Order: sequence, then C-alpha cells, then structure tokens
Amino acid sequence: MRQSRRIGAVRQGRRIGTVRRDGRSGAVEPDAGIGPVKAGGRIGAVRRSGRSGRIDRSGRIGTGKPGGRSAFAGALVALTALLGVSLIAAVGLGPVAIPFPDVARILLEAGAGAPAGPRQVIVLDIRLPRVLLGAVVGAGLATVGAILQAVLRNPLADPYIIGASSGASLGAVLVMLAGVYPFGALSLPLSAFLGAMAAFALVLGLSRSGGHLAPGRLILAGVAVAALTEAVTSYIVLTTPEKEVRSALFWTLGGLSGTQWRDVGIPALVVLAAAAWAITRASRLNALVLGDEGATSLGVEVNRLRLRMIVVSALVIGTVVAVSGGIGFVALMVPHAVRLVAGGDNRRLIPLSALTGALLLVWVDVGARMLNRPDEIPIGVITAVLGSPFFLMLLVRDGRRGLP
Amino acid sequence: MKLEVENVSWLGVLRGVSLTALPGEVVGLIGPNGSGKSSLLRCVYRRIRPDDGRVLLDGADVWRTPAREVARQVAVVAQDTPADLDETVEHVVALGRIPHLGALGRLSAAEVALIAETMERCDVAALARRPVATLSGGERQRVQLARALVQRPRLLVLDEPTNHLDLRHQVELLRLIRTLGVTVVVTLHDLQLAAAACDRLVVLDAGRVVADGSAAEVVTEKLLREVYQVHAEVAPGADGLPRLFLPLGRAPAASPPL
Repeated sequence: MRQSRRIGAVRQGRRIGTVRRDGRSGAVEPDAGIGPVKAGGRIGAVRRSGRSGRIDRSGRIGTGKPGGRSAFAGALVALTALLGVSLIAAVGLGPVAIPFPDVARILLEAGAGAPAGPRQVIVLDIRLPRVLLGAVVGAGLATVGAILQAVLRNPLADPYIIGASSGASLGAVLVMLAGVYPFGALSLPLSAFLGAMAAFALVLGLSRSGGHLAPGRLILAGVAVAALTEAVTSYIVLTTPEKEVRSALFWTLGGLSGTQWRDVGIPALVVLAAAAWAITRASRLNALVLGDEGATSLGVEVNRLRLRMIVVSALVIGTVVAVSGGIGFVALMVPHAVRLVAGGDNRRLIPLSALTGALLLVWVDVGARMLNRPDEIPIGVITAVLGSPFFLMLLVRDGRRGLP
Repeated sequence: MKLEVENVSWLGVLRGVSLTALPGEVVGLIGPNGSGKSSLLRCVYRRIRPDDGRVLLDGADVWRTPAREVARQVAVVAQDTPADLDETVEHVVALGRIPHLGALGRLSAAEVALIAETMERCDVAALARRPVATLSGGERQRVQLARALVQRPRLLVLDEPTNHLDLRHQVELLRLIRTLGVTVVVTLHDLQLAAAACDRLVVLDAGRVVADGSAAEVVTEKLLREVYQVHAEVAPGADGLPRLFLPLGRAPAASPPL
C-alpha cells in the first residue's frame, strides 16, 4: 500500500514545484488580520490582490490537472482517430501482409457485396473480428481498472482483485478437464463467464462486513480467492494430457487467436454499455476521494455505488475473459498512464482509459501474432513484459521527485 | 432551513436526543468526548440511520428523501477527511458541486465563478493548484469548508471545524458562518468560543441532551462540574457571555523538573 500511495503521488510531483506561495496572507500582512468583517465576511479577507483569475472559464477547475475542456475533447478525437487508423493497420498486419489502402478498400466494399477473394476472407472473416475484439477487450479491461481503482480507493486494484480473472480461467479449465461441452462452441466462453461470476460471488460474500461491502476486506478476500483458484487451475493444467495443456494455458495468459464474429458482439455491447454507464457515474466516483463520510455528505450513496460498480466490473470482466482469457496488466497500467497525462478526474479518466486500452491491446495483439511467427505469443506475456518495466519506471520517477 | 431531531437513538450512543435549529440559527453542540456529538451529526447528514426517532429538514424525513436531494440542502465539514489526497485544492473544492451536477458532470461558468469566489472567501485561492496532501492541517480544514460552502447549503453541519485552525482563522471561520444566513449546527470544544459564536448551545452527555439554551444559561459552574467533571469558575463578561477560568491546580511546592 505504501508504494501504491507513492505511485499515486507521481503525477502530482511535476506541479508541486510550480506552486506560488506568495499569496499566503496571514503572516505577510499582520495589520489586516482580525479586523471588522465586511458583509459576506471571508476568511483571511486581507488579500486585496484579487487573485480570482486563477481559474479560467474553460472549466479548468475540477479537472485536477491543467488543461481545459477543449484539451480533453481534442484528446478524445485524437485517440478515436488513432484507434480507427490502428484498426485498419492492424487488420493488414499478419502472416499475409495486406497494404493499408487495400484493407481500407476491402472494408469499404464489404457492405456492397463485393466478390469474396482470399484477401477478403482474411480481412473480413479472420482479422477484422480479431482486431475489433482486441479493441473491445482492451477498452473493457482499462475501464474496469479505472472503475475499481476509484471505487476501492486503491491504485493497485485490477480485475484479479475481484477474483473474476482467475475464476474465468478455472471455469474454462474445468470444462476442458471434464471434456463435456453441453453448449457446443459456446461452452468454453460460457464456463469461463460462470467461473468468473462464481469466484466473484465468493469474494463479494467474503468481503461483506456489517451488511456493507468493505474495500479492505474485498481486497483481502480477492487475493485469497485468486490464489486458490490459480492453484487449482495450475494443478489441473499440469495434470491434463499434453495436448490440452496449450489451450488451457490460453485461458491463463490470454489470446485472441481464432476469434470469430460471434465472439465479438456480446462483449462489445457489454463493454460499451458499462463504459457509458460508468461515465454517467464518474463525478460520484470523484467524490470517493473524500472518503465514505465525505462522499455521503455529497449525496453519494457510497455502499450502493460501490456494490453496483463492482458488480458491473465483474460482468465486464467475465464477458471479456470468456473470449480472450486472462490478460494481465492492462487494467492496472492503462488508467495509471492516462492519469499521468490527464489527471485523476474520472469524467475524463474513464473515456480516455477505454480508448487507450483499446489502442494498446490492438497493437499488443499485432505483436502477439507478428513477433514469433508462425507461432503466437500469448497476449498476457506481452502485456506483462510491457507492464512491469512501466511500473518500475513509475517507481523510479517517483523516487527521484519525492514529495516535499 | 429548519432542522428537527426527534427522539433519535442509535446503538446506545444516542439515547433519545431531540433538538431543533430554527432557520438561520447557529446552534452549538457541546459535550465531552464520546457524548454522541459526531454521531448525532451523522444522523443529520444521512451517514447513519437512527434505530429510533426521526431527523426532519423543513419537515421532511431525511431517510425518506433521496441522498442527493439532502446533499443539495445540507453541507458537511466532517472530522478526519482524508489528508493524503493527490487532488488539487480547486479540484476538491469543485467536488462540492456534485449534488448539483447533471449526468455528464460539467460545471457551468457561474459554478466556476462560485468556486473561485468561495476559495477567496475561505483564504485558499492561493493554494488552488496545490495537492491537498501538501497542505497544513488548518489549510486542509479551510479547503473542506470551501468545498462545503460551494454546495450552497441551507443547513451547514460542522464537526469540530476549528480543529487545526490558528486563532485568527478560528475567529474568522466562526464569523463567516454567522454571515451566511443559513442554519448552522456546529460542534465545538472551546466553550468560550462556542458561547460567542452560537445563538444557542445544546449539551450532550452520554447520548442525552442535558442542557439547551443560551450560553449564559448553559455554561455554568454546575454544568462543567457535572458534565465535564471540571471545577471551573464561570463569571459573566462585559458582553454578558460567560467567561471561564480553569484553575489547573498547581501545587504550591513545584515538583522538581524532570
């Protein structure tokens, strides 16, 4: 926790040095201290300089970070455009390279019922669903990370903490072990989803205290449940016949290979709906920085908000993990990276994290299928390789700057 | 806004507390540690639900009113707000508008101006860009007050607002709350300050109201002896308010320095 506190402090460090202290009144102008109070008396009425110009009308206030609404809108547009271009570029990259203009043309002609050649099949049936699912999964993971970090007031919160990720792996692995697939091709995603929900329900049940959900208990329960389910998963994977070990590993490390169109729809809807809902709750999430007491006094029903946010997060994670396996670090890393640049205001953090997460995972998936051809690298391996140095970098920067 | 607390009990901490604050009245809540002051305030701002009794704001039960609606009427400066916030002062002050915000949470120009003006008023405008974690205790307290005032409440609830404040800021805070024209319920430990700042004092002891009236009626040698177990001298000052003298009982033969 101590180091997590410090990670949070990193983003502030830059500004600390620029603060002007000259406006401090009391000690500087002793003559005016406790004089008769004017109408509408103010605390420290001594300052005459009228420094109210510090807040501009661009809505800079309440952002927690310089940069007005236009900067935020610009970032949204830029990230969306970048994501659009990346989707097309990523569709072109793979064992068979297809130039960017050709991909764009094939996509445009797809609606017009153009004849299907091999390149059309690769673009439309193999790569596009995979790339889109990557974007959906990345957006979902990053959104959930931002939500959980706000709701649990813990910068280290991520889907593993609510048990959903490891539960999904166990659910999928159990079905593989039983070798019974009652729902055909949907059996694995469904069992992963059910596993996620079961583990989450266990964590939720354990984290109740006095009828309310206690963030501290939730984290402890989540760590314990995750450790247990991961141990069981590992045991099953190690004792499963050789051939199936690889597909079981997929659930623990994540991957998007073999994605088909039917895998994309439900996760996309769930992630979009959850992100939109979370954005409408973002200012209430902001209130949580004042603690449960302070947020309550701002009209936020803390326990209800926390429970709903966590349940929605678990649904998103269950849905996403069911199609992509457990991809680590994205949920943890993306919100932190966005916070460094855009500040901690959840009204901005959530949409920007969703877009950044989508962008990141699209490119990580390109790496997964390009770096070790013809084999694929599990996505979770790449995100961990990227994520660990990222955190070390945060720590080093933080250590250099320190706090006053 | 009229506040009525009717016979409120909670977990044995509060045992049938009743009090009323009339519109515009500044009511001081005093009493020893653990007498139930903060718990009573928590019942008022909907943090804890009384086992028995009701809290009414202009006649409406707070537990039958949506939380957000209550927060538009009631602002709180609680004790022990988180001190280690990375958020800047202006960010935290702006949080006070949350009960009034729409779904997208955008502040209007008028709200931005209100926030700036309130930070000036509470002497924190110069700290606007500082992370709250870098402030002193008194500065943080003023930030919380600014946040509460930005809520534009009709009832202001203050739990030990003078904690951490230096003498000048204590005096200015208590003056400020009197100029707001809203109903105020404030807990204070300094009886002399409470007597000067409040229209009426209510004394809690072990979860019960043991006195309710003007400062001169309430702050008496008898009350100090019975409620606080302190033998103090109380004499009326020139302004009619009670003055306290607290003999610390120095022994004539000073013990040798350690």
